[in-house]
Amino acid sequence: MMSAKQADRLATAGLYAVAGVILALLAGLLGYVFVKGFPMLSWQFITSPPQIFKGGGGVGPQLFNSFYLLVLTLVFSLPVALGAGIYLAEYAKDNWLTRSIRISVEVLSSLPSIVVGLFGFLFFVIYMGWGFSIISGALALSVFNLPLLVRVVEQSIQSVPRTQREAGWALGFSKWETITNIVLPAALPGLITGIILAAGRVFGEAAALIYTAGMSTPALDFTDWNPLSPVSPLNPFRPAETMAVHIWKINGEGIMPDASAISDGAAALLILSILLFNLSARFVGRFVFKKMSAS
Amino acid sequence: MAKLVKETEHPLFKKSSKLRTERFGKGLTFAAVLLTALLTAAIFFLVISKGLSTFFVNGGSVKEFFTGSTWNPGQKHEGGSPIIGALPFLTGSLAVTGLSALICTPLAIGAALFMSEISPKAGRKVMQPVIELLVGIPSVVYGFIGLSVVVPLLRDHVTGSGFGIAAGTIVLSVMILPTVTSLALDAIQAVPRSLREASLALGSTRWQMIYKVILKTAKPGLLMAVIFGMARAFGEALAVQMVIGNASVIPHSLFEPASTLTSILTMGMGYTVLGTAENNALWTLALILLLMSLAFTIAVRWIGRGKPQ
Repeated sequence: MMSAKQADRLATAGLYAVAGVILALLAGLLGYVFVKGFPMLSWQFITSPPQIFKGGGGVGPQLFNSFYLLVLTLVFSLPVALGAGIYLAEYAKDNWLTRSIRISVEVLSSLPSIVVGLFGFLFFVIYMGWGFSIISGALALSVFNLPLLVRVVEQSIQSVPRTQREAGWALGFSKWETITNIVLPAALPGLITGIILAAGRVFGEAAALIYTAGMSTPALDFTDWNPLSPVSPLNPFRPAETMAVHIWKINGEGIMPDASAISDGAAALLILSILLFNLSARFVGRFVFKKMSAS
Repeated sequence: MAKLVKETEHPLFKKSSKLRTERFGKGLTFAAVLLTALLTAAIFFLVISKGLSTFFVNGGSVKEFFTGSTWNPGQKHEGGSPIIGALPFLTGSLAVTGLSALICTPLAIGAALFMSEISPKAGRKVMQPVIELLVGIPSVVYGFIGLSVVVPLLRDHVTGSGFGIAAGTIVLSVMILPTVTSLALDAIQAVPRSLREASLALGSTRWQMIYKVILKTAKPGLLMAVIFGMARAFGEALAVQMVIGNASVIPHSLFEPASTLTSILTMGMGYTVLGTAENNALWTLALILLLMSLAFTIAVRWIGRGKPQ
């Protein structure tokens, strides 16, 4: 029989071991991607289009598509999320309607992304007739992103102290004026941090995109910025394969000889972007807070 | 009377312009929240109506769907109903989800305990940033690493082709580990400090305090963390599809190719025509995914109600 002290020492050692194992695992994971992927990263790799049959292709269009889809997704989902978050935080009374809306937002956020993608496929691609296109993909990603953003908006608005609102009311502001002039600016640092983190999730999403934005990219002319031209990168009705989808596709059916090296490079690029999103989420949020609080 | 009418024309009796902007703002935000709720309803409506058409339009048998082990919805039985035995995918999905939760839970809780009780400094400075980064890594990257590291490792050192439930389980447990760890950490840190102090003051060792006080108090939160991880594992499509081998049979070992609901859905949707029995059968799989994620959400809410504030 062990004494309590021995058990304590044993358990402490065990917890150290668990922490060590996890840290080694996670560090190994990141190290693996970076060590294998970094040698691939060159200006040529991140700007040139992929090759189908021979080696030496890049991920230029895919990188552009990922960012373009992200921007459109935020353009679609942010206004709705702002409205919904403001309503839930400021106006919603505690009744059955609010409760069922809250539950539906929660259910929406827990849906597997492949189910959201299939909904997008059926609704945007088939019923609306937009085909595999950027617009279908961006709308599907908006559905996927919306519940997350609503939560971000609601939480950052709720974290603004009540005294700030009372100050606004005391000055004769209406509720809506208080929200737009006082509460939203005060919530801005938290909002920005949350939005950037959500953007990171959208950036790497693939399952919701394979049946909405498609798995191919037509030949693009990066000098043609007319959104209506079929070869323009900005055309919202062209199919667009993102980096995450590209990694998945070439590992399943890629016939280029350097498929795994390209996946290494693309994976490193993806993780690097996520790292950038995380860092900027901290930095930009803190910067805005400093600017606005004059401290 | 005439005088009264005149009084209401006084500026103080007029509707203020603020009231108009107030109504406008409230209406606008309510429209946004309604749109979000309608989206959920639309998804449910579409997936449920498509998913049920296998049974109501194509005449598939519900019993066969849950117990049959042959999946070939393009072909028909003698009686004209499609062959839709989805048991291989159901077992595949449940196996990878259950096994990865089994592997992930002790590791995640151990790491969370380490970060909160044993060495908060190392936890905050080293583990937290790494875990935050890993939460954000796209699942495709986990699948790709599984394909290029785990599968060859299993092939060379264990048995078979390397593809199978085991590879899927390993990839999924690593994938959900960061999420579950950070949720478990939240649950453990929510245990009031006074409880820890009371326990230590009674003379208990740190370990006695951990397993008799902290783990007991944080139990609902820890359970929610694990269920949340399971929901993610169950719904994950691409990472699993890349390593599981995609054979629609009930596997006899962990190292044989198998399938999950999500993997067969990802593979099949592009190769079937909308409205056919083959395609409808895939939507039935999507319906099961939807219902399972609903069940996970309900479970989390239900446990959350018993959580001490």
